[in-house]
Amino acid sequence: MIDTRPTLGPAAQGQGESPGLIKLRTRGVNVFYGDKQALKDVSLDMADRAVTALIGPSGCGKSTFLRCLNRMNDTIQGARVEGVIELDGEDVNARSVDPVALRARVGMVFQRPNPFPKSIFENVAYGPRIHGLTQSKAELADVVEQALRRAGLWDEVADRLDQSGSSLSGGQQQRLVIARAIAVDPEVILMDEPCSALDPIATARIEELIDELRRQYCIVIVTHSMAQAARVSQQTAFFHMGQIIEIGRTEDLFTNPREQRTLDYITGRFG
Amino acid sequence: MMDSTNQHTVRAYGDELNQITADVARMGGLAEAQIADAIEAVSRRDEGLAQEVIARDAKLDELQREIERKVIRLIALRQPVATDLRRAVAAMKIATDLERTGDLARSVAKRSLSLVEVEPLAPLTRSIERMGKLVAKRMKTVLDAYTSAEVAGALDVWSHDDDIDEHYNALFRELLTYMMADPRTITSCAHLLFMAKNLERIGDHATNIAEMIHFEVTGGELELSRPRQGATDPVRSTEDPS
Repeated sequence: MIDTRPTLGPAAQGQGESPGLIKLRTRGVNVFYGDKQALKDVSLDMADRAVTALIGPSGCGKSTFLRCLNRMNDTIQGARVEGVIELDGEDVNARSVDPVALRARVGMVFQRPNPFPKSIFENVAYGPRIHGLTQSKAELADVVEQALRRAGLWDEVADRLDQSGSSLSGGQQQRLVIARAIAVDPEVILMDEPCSALDPIATARIEELIDELRRQYCIVIVTHSMAQAARVSQQTAFFHMGQIIEIGRTEDLFTNPREQRTLDYITGRFG
Repeated sequence: MMDSTNQHTVRAYGDELNQITADVARMGGLAEAQIADAIEAVSRRDEGLAQEVIARDAKLDELQREIERKVIRLIALRQPVATDLRRAVAAMKIATDLERTGDLARSVAKRSLSLVEVEPLAPLTRSIERMGKLVAKRMKTVLDAYTSAEVAGALDVWSHDDDIDEHYNALFRELLTYMMADPRTITSCAHLLFMAKNLERIGDHATNIAEMIHFEVTGGELELSRPRQGATDPVRSTEDPS
């Protein structure tokens, strides 16, 4: 039986805002792609103002799980999701929930930076515009600036907002995509391997940004780098073959895991 | 108990860790011999043996530096986590305790050289010998616990720290009585007193090692609940010379 209580203790909180209440809560989530079951009975609590890292070998289901949280699996044919997934206690799969509105509340950042083939400004302005979040041009410009500032990109692009988003370096593009995600004022940010295509310095800047952002958001990150999970998260969940094997405070999971399979995985041993 | 005997995917990583553990075990064997020989040198008034103990201490210092280098290298290059991290950190800390143990044994050997030059105080020397054997046994138990990664032996040593303290306190009183009765014995008694203090500190290092073994194997700390002697101890609270 997996203990699904939030496991964030004082030592894991570090500087700044402490983790808040449970933002996202899942119980008994099963996902099928056709006949194949990709997730089995996954229950996990993810706290507000904290980073939850999902680790595990390729094909373990961690990305599938992440995609459940903002109903990205809806877009995959033959995918079927069962179980409870709640955002602030509300079922995200309820008929009354508009997936587009949900994705504004639960933003996502992917492995490869995917800026729109538009200017830097338009990349960030797109979300607030389609969601009707601003009243005037001046207000929109302000929202774009704030988002770029929070993503730590403003100083590098302030004088070339009209240039194409794809003219930026990989690390800058990833920060642009993060700015685009936070421009619609989300509550949760999902990140699927956000640094795997970046060099160590760009990676460090994204990690620094994650640490900044977690003061305000609930962040869930999938990463293949255990060192990254250890560095950026307060809670870690280890997935294996579609199940959660262990959930713990990041500090505890990396110094003293409770499960043999976790130990074998994080220390680089054969299972 | 979790099993960390599975092979690392990168075999050289496992080999490096095993090498570090083997080095610590070897260092432990040496430290044990140093304690035993130092006590032997005292009880037999054996100058030659005392000189050997003093000379061999350099080997312990060298091993400690070597273990430290290997652990730092492992942390830098392999970024160990969980059981591997605990094993590496425990090795480094135990090596430090063993190095200090070696220094204390050398100090006992050095003082035994001064004792050879004066009249023997047989009953006191026997008391030192008894205390020394107790300390040596404690160190042996804890080092056996290290090589077998058995927490039980470590816990046994950890929870019986007060035996050694009692011995020390008794010896301290005995020495005081001698010195007061016959001031000519003060030089010898002072040497014996320092020896007793050194042995007591070796006992403390054995306790530290027990704590590290517990940490390595279980990931938990023992320190918080350690049975410490407090202000109720007459010797420590008022007259302890150290």
